[in-house]
Amino acid sequence: MVLNLFYFLSFLAILSAIMVVVSKNPIHSVLYLILTFFTLSGHYFTLNAQFIGVVNLIVYAGAIMVLFLFTIMFLNLKDDAFTGSRVWFNLSAVLLVLVFAGILVVKIIPAQIGVASEMEFNSQIGMVENLGTTLFQHFLVPFELVSVLFLSAMVGAVMLGRREKGEKNF
Amino acid sequence: MNQIPEIIRVVPVNHYVLLASVIFSIGILGVLTRKNAIIIFMSVELMLNAVNLLFVVFSAYKSDPAGQVFVFFIMAIAAAEVAVGLAIIVMIYRRMRTTDVSLLNSLKG
Repeated sequence: MVLNLFYFLSFLAILSAIMVVVSKNPIHSVLYLILTFFTLSGHYFTLNAQFIGVVNLIVYAGAIMVLFLFTIMFLNLKDDAFTGSRVWFNLSAVLLVLVFAGILVVKIIPAQIGVASEMEFNSQIGMVENLGTTLFQHFLVPFELVSVLFLSAMVGAVMLGRREKGEKNF
Repeated sequence: MNQIPEIIRVVPVNHYVLLASVIFSIGILGVLTRKNAIIIFMSVELMLNAVNLLFVVFSAYKSDPAGQVFVFFIMAIAAAEVAVGLAIIVMIYRRMRTTDVSLLNSLKG
């Protein structure tokens, strides 16, 4: 049962990830990317990481994808999928990626990866309480630094998006 | 301490690592082959999500919350990156009337 769920979610994730890359229309790419995020959230839920799953839905599928959709709507893009003249480049890219993925697969399948034993396993890891304790006890400085990063990103985005002098329209 | 959930007992870690590797490879493929800057950005998001999945999987299997806190940081940095990156794409579009990265060759000698 749970194994079938895993394979179903994985199949859907890989399929929609491929569709992100190959679909001609950028809006279709965004929608498939949202589907990918939903399947990944499904994986997080099944792995007992409920908080990360919910945050993934809110931040990625909610905020970031809306930003992408807005930009595509603003820019009024034409379809420009794999247009010619780069056939050899694309072929070599596919070959390169296949080699990379092949090396990963060959090394991962026989790997022995240790897992927590029955004694030290804690199923409440993914809850807000546990994550908050870890975040504010061990990762307080990075947490504060992220806020500085956000401030600078916000200032940068506003500066970049501002209308320049002498510019008539968008 | 608690009972290990069924999925962790049934599915080996390697399956999840394979899934993440495949998604990451698809992301690389998108970055290399597509010309539209926005779709390149989406492929980068795909790669970031593959890494997030790995972090969550190892956090769950090793029963260590630090991995999930790291996912949190990655999400925050991805949000900042997207905000700045999309602003840059909009600026490029204003100047060049396109987001095709193969046309952005003014640095070429």
